[in-house]
Amino acid sequence: MRSKECIAMLLAGGQGSRLGVLTRNLAKPAVPFGGKYRIIDFTLSNCTNSGIDTVGVLTQYRPLKLNTYIGIGQPWDLDRMNGGVAILPPYAKQQVGEWYSGTANAIYQNIEFVNSYHPKYVLILSGDHIYKMDYSRMLEFHKEKKAGCTIAVIEVPWKEAGRFGILNTREDSRIYDFREKPKKPDSNKASMGIYIFDWELLKQYLIEDQELEGSDNDFGKNIIPNMLKRGEAMYAYPFKGYWKDVGTIQSLWEANMDLLEDPPRLDLYDKKWRIYGRNPAEPPHYVALGASVRRCIITEGSVIYGTVIHSVLFSGVSVGKDSVIRDSIVMPNARVGRNTVIEHAIVGEEVVIGDNCHIGYEETGENKLSYLKVDVSGLTVIGEGLEVPPGTRIGRNVMADADYLASLAQKAQKPDHFARREEIL
Amino acid sequence: MRDTMGIVTTDDEDVSLKELTRARSAAAVPFAGRYRIIDFILSNMVNSGIQNVGLLTQNNYHSLMDHLDSGKQWDLDRKKDGLFILPPYVSRESTGWFNGKVDALHSIMPYIRRSSQKYVVISGSCMVCNLTYDDALEFHKKNKADITVLYKEEKEASPAELSRHTLIQTDEDGRIWDMEVMPSSPKSSKISMRMYILEKNLLEYLVEESVARGQHDFIKEILIRKMDTLRIFGFPYTGYLVKIDSIQSYFRHSMELLDPENREELFHHCGIIYTKIKDEVPAKYGDRCKVSNSLVADGCIVEGEIENCVLFRGVRIAQDAVVRNSIIMQNTEIQGNAFIENAIMDKDVIIRRGKRLIGQETYPVVVGKKAII
Repeated sequence: MRSKECIAMLLAGGQGSRLGVLTRNLAKPAVPFGGKYRIIDFTLSNCTNSGIDTVGVLTQYRPLKLNTYIGIGQPWDLDRMNGGVAILPPYAKQQVGEWYSGTANAIYQNIEFVNSYHPKYVLILSGDHIYKMDYSRMLEFHKEKKAGCTIAVIEVPWKEAGRFGILNTREDSRIYDFREKPKKPDSNKASMGIYIFDWELLKQYLIEDQELEGSDNDFGKNIIPNMLKRGEAMYAYPFKGYWKDVGTIQSLWEANMDLLEDPPRLDLYDKKWRIYGRNPAEPPHYVALGASVRRCIITEGSVIYGTVIHSVLFSGVSVGKDSVIRDSIVMPNARVGRNTVIEHAIVGEEVVIGDNCHIGYEETGENKLSYLKVDVSGLTVIGEGLEVPPGTRIGRNVMADADYLASLAQKAQKPDHFARREEIL
Repeated sequence: MRDTMGIVTTDDEDVSLKELTRARSAAAVPFAGRYRIIDFILSNMVNSGIQNVGLLTQNNYHSLMDHLDSGKQWDLDRKKDGLFILPPYVSRESTGWFNGKVDALHSIMPYIRRSSQKYVVISGSCMVCNLTYDDALEFHKKNKADITVLYKEEKEASPAELSRHTLIQTDEDGRIWDMEVMPSSPKSSKISMRMYILEKNLLEYLVEESVARGQHDFIKEILIRKMDTLRIFGFPYTGYLVKIDSIQSYFRHSMELLDPENREELFHHCGIIYTKIKDEVPAKYGDRCKVSNSLVADGCIVEGEIENCVLFRGVRIAQDAVVRNSIIMQNTEIQGNAFIENAIMDKDVIIRRGKRLIGQETYPVVVGKKAII
């Protein structure tokens, strides 16, 4: 096989547990974003726009939808004769099969895949960030510095620095210190989880790390510190621009709302740097007489009879008459009935919300189901495929799944609560 | 329907769409916000299970080829068969200019002969609908027909409208006993949809025979002349049909799409309508926009007022612009304080600040591609 200068390995196996019900049935990179995309579209589009035509996607957690979505990679122009996109789940070997135990282990288990392209460099990416970046420039930087490893960094607000892997660099961008989630950060240069390695060098470290007992087999915790300790040439590539980790409900909501700003903080209109995705075959969306749409994003296939303000609506969404959607995200094919109010909420795919509901009303609700104790930061999240019966009220700070709805229905049968509902209606 | 191939004629010479067909063939005319007419024809064939489609082109087929590419979006990039775009060529027998549909079919005889299917569906490109050919083929076989013509009965259509079409008359069994091309006084309201089903062998024979006799008109010189010797049947189509035969009808039918029932019929009736993917950003609305009864495609940015409009992909409506009862095609920009009513704007038009453009409902203004007003 012809050799490639640089191939990409995209880590897409994380569960994304902080997204709660949104990632119950699908991996985080497949979570819908921005009206018609899924999170992974940004990384895949960056690859193809940067001229990287070979991408290995490492999957593990609930990969079904992700696999179907990626398919042969045609939407991203990654259906290639030589290279293209390859989905790499863990597989059984002669002795034993094992799951990916960490980010580094995932690459370790696919050394053969990378070797088959004989690349000089490997780009390691993760599938849970929203950003536009030209990896070819980073590769140039890597070559220029004669680095063994280059890490893309972004300056984050000081108060948030403790959430990231923090780097200290000399004037020439050479890294001399790296700390994963430090309590007292002494720099605000955060690792973006984007690395370029000389493949031969990385391979050596991966093999070594694998043999070490007690290692987490993780890039941030093991590989990077080990390389630094041994004095490898490691450089920080400064990135300026929009970059958002959408790993939490709050940040996912914020990143969607960022698109509504004018001008948007992330320019999706650049014809030279299109974000590609799998497009639904739906007619243009329809806004009816008497409907109102303001500061919002609406996609093909949707039908709007009500009011939509400051929200992001995906394809195939319907909003009934006299309903109001405000400060919310409504994912593909969700149906909202009449005279329903949805505020400050994330409505999952294929959700059906009946008439006269109020989702995200002021009063703070509480979800007592322990396994759903995910930080929702005052938002209301309705899990995929749920049917919310007419007249339901769900407060803020709630992550709703089927059990939660059942518990609501039980409560509603008590007479006093029933009286209160009558009053509201 | 695996045993059926499709042939699409993309230039219906008697279709007059003025500015809209100046730079493109009839089949490439944009329709319904993100489609072109050909999308419906190809999707119908694909949804019927047809995997071998030949496209006869003549005029301005560049935009059509650009749109169709390898046929991938219609799932027609197949190893065996798939999509064949067949432009005219100069040879010893031919000037490269088709002398009627029969001549065009004759020029692609090698392709037709090479195809392995038993039946052929031939379709023109001025009728837009969502159907599959399964029922019509079943009807064709049951009646042991030689040729089946799909038609739609439109009792409410005006004589003026009817006289723009080929009209047929059928007996109780569905056999056609009269057929007239654009008659000035219509005797029937059964409009031929320019879609025909016949066996490939018969098509080969009829085309060879006609060409040998110097006859080039498919309808007049094959269908009408052979009505007594061949079993020609009419299959009634009862669904929603858009006939694009004039600027007025194009405008009227586009406006009809604002009715949810018509959209349902056209987009979700039998199958999905596929089109070229443009990867546009979702449509975005501003703080002070007013939107009512409109279809809006991806890539649009609406800051002004739109009412009863169809907006194609990438249209910009600036703040304080007002657009009513209009069709605005791809990447057209309407700047602030402009006022547009009853207009059709082709692609890449710019309407500058404060300009007013008002047509009549019965006679919309048509602004050609790339015009700046």
